[in-house]
Amino acid sequence: MTSTTASRPVGAKPAQGSNLSLGSLLRRPEAGAFLGLLAVLIFFAAFGGLTFLKPAGMSSWLNVAANLGIIAIPVGLLMIAGELDISVGAMVPFGAMTVAVISGHYGMSIWLGIAVTMAFGVTVGLINGYMVIRTAVPSLIVTLGSLFAVQGIVLGLTVLITKSTSVALTVDGPAKVIFGDFLFGGQLQVMVIWWLVLTAAYVFFIHFSPKGNWIFAMGGDKVSARNAGIPTDRMTIVLFVLSSTSAAFVGMCQAILYNSAQVAGGQSFIFNSIISVVVGGVLLTGGFGSVVGIFFGTITFAIVNQGIYYTDFDRNWSALIIGVLLLLAVLMNNTFRKMALSATTKKKGA
Amino acid sequence: MTAPILALKNINKSFGPIDVLHDINLEVRPGEVLCLLGDNGAGKSTLIKILSGVHQPTTGTIELDGKEVTFPAPRVAQEAGISTVHQFGGTFPLMSIGRSFFVGVEPTKGWGPFKIYDRARANAIAVKAVQDMGITRITDGDRLVGGLSGGERQSLAIARAVHFGARVLILDEPTAALGVKQATHVLRIVNEAKRRGLAVIFITHQVMHAMAVGDHFAVLIRGAVAADFRKGEKTREEITDLMAGGASMASLEAEIEGYMATHDGHPPQAVQA
Ligand SMILES: Nc1ncnc2c1ncn2[C@@H]1O[C@H](COP(=O)(O)OP(=O)(O)O)[C@@H](O)[C@H]1O
Ligand SMILES: [Mg+2]
Repeated sequence: MTSTTASRPVGAKPAQGSNLSLGSLLRRPEAGAFLGLLAVLIFFAAFGGLTFLKPAGMSSWLNVAANLGIIAIPVGLLMIAGELDISVGAMVPFGAMTVAVISGHYGMSIWLGIAVTMAFGVTVGLINGYMVIRTAVPSLIVTLGSLFAVQGIVLGLTVLITKSTSVALTVDGPAKVIFGDFLFGGQLQVMVIWWLVLTAAYVFFIHFSPKGNWIFAMGGDKVSARNAGIPTDRMTIVLFVLSSTSAAFVGMCQAILYNSAQVAGGQSFIFNSIISVVVGGVLLTGGFGSVVGIFFGTITFAIVNQGIYYTDFDRNWSALIIGVLLLLAVLMNNTFRKMALSATTKKKGA
Repeated sequence: MTAPILALKNINKSFGPIDVLHDINLEVRPGEVLCLLGDNGAGKSTLIKILSGVHQPTTGTIELDGKEVTFPAPRVAQEAGISTVHQFGGTFPLMSIGRSFFVGVEPTKGWGPFKIYDRARANAIAVKAVQDMGITRITDGDRLVGGLSGGERQSLAIARAVHFGARVLILDEPTAALGVKQATHVLRIVNEAKRRGLAVIFITHQVMHAMAVGDHFAVLIRGAVAADFRKGEKTREEITDLMAGGASMASLEAEIEGYMATHDGHPPQAVQA
């Protein structure tokens, strides 16, 4: 090193030039999620071989990722906007049970069942969103309330109507193909297609359309966002409607796929979606994150969740891996975010 | 004198049982800087929040170009050409400079439902705007706002308001977080906005800053306009006394209370020098 200008910054941070592109990649919200995914892939390839990357193995974790991912993205968007929605845990069985009772128990048209299920999803989202903007109660508490309320409604009404906690549903024709079938007669659920299409739509909406900016502004500083003319109340309601409707949609598709609905189950979606979102690089306190990050986070979670079957480890260990992964991902994301904040401007000239 | 752009007529504001503003009458004219002075808690920020559509007056009216208007939301005030830098916030720490600058008014390219955020244009405009404020260190619009110094963030917020402020520019204590050099830049910006014919409402605690740019001064005491005078009508010492709440301030308050006692509880409309 003969140049004094070049040698000075080396100690403080990586030199510019060739490192710049790597540096700016690492500063993206999804960087941690991507590295986490790589680590998990390497881990399971080392301990379980490549079976989980062959078609049969892949469909097992892709199915998990698809069902979770459709819920995790709107949950993550709420988190970016500074809110939480844990009522998704009740909306999944609610969606499943609604379509099963209408189209299974009462034997009405499947399309009516689908329409009513979606309408219920929208309604619960409206109630959640409205309560959050009208009261000063944190959304964690509001949706904790609606989580239990909806669970109570599902259990109470189902037993009242059907005298059972499990309702059968048989669907065929286009509704089955569109919402609850396996692709090409294999093991891959049609849900995977929904997940990919929805993810692409969210990527466009959040990162390319001008309104995506509003969600980040809301999570960064809600008062300033409102002062800048953003309809923060309306956006909050829209996001809550998205998350509860997405959860009801997933429940509905599962009922159509498995030809039955149970009142229980769905609770796991609460923690699993939050894990996917946080591993995906979304800041728990809002204002930072990306859809692609959530996408990677979801896949990472699904691979850990399913990959354990392809190793010699007992399945019970997967929770440990997920816990460690979560902590590591958060630490890594914090580091990358600090890097992003301290990234200085290119010096002009020499 | 030109006709006022904005006129406040008997504005009162209370938050529930708390009365914050009493019978405020003020006018802002194009090409003029109105300095709003007063102690902490006097109601300055509340007053400008009414002008920027954040709050609605409890009673009283706002006139824009002589016509009565209401600003039910910040966006409505913005569309009327009123752009405000509020006392706190205004930028978003984890957003890029370009995105933070254009929050709510994102530039787009493309067509129809496929209009997308024009990052390059947003960054270029934002960087140029902050550089015009004298912050030449900022050259990259992708940088996160949280990595800037307090003064740079404040300058970014002001640059944004100047960029979008078509007719009225409102700055609520913009120099509080700034160093001497950057504060001077802000004052230059205020003068430049005035020269371009904007009306400026400038809130500050620093007499020097107020004297440097103000054409017209209003002192708020406990939510009422206690003094309303033009440049040259009061000395620096008198203004300092008014702002610092010293002995003269105390006597002025006594004066107002005396006035209110003899005038059915109405505060004085304006004190002529
Ligand atoms: N949203 C609000 N609700 C209740 N009281 C408020 C609110 N905003 C301001 N106030 C009160 O109004 C008074 C004036 O505040 P403010 O306008 O911020 O003063 P200033 O900007 O002159 O320091 C203070 O006593 C403050 O507590
Ligand atoms: Mg104030």
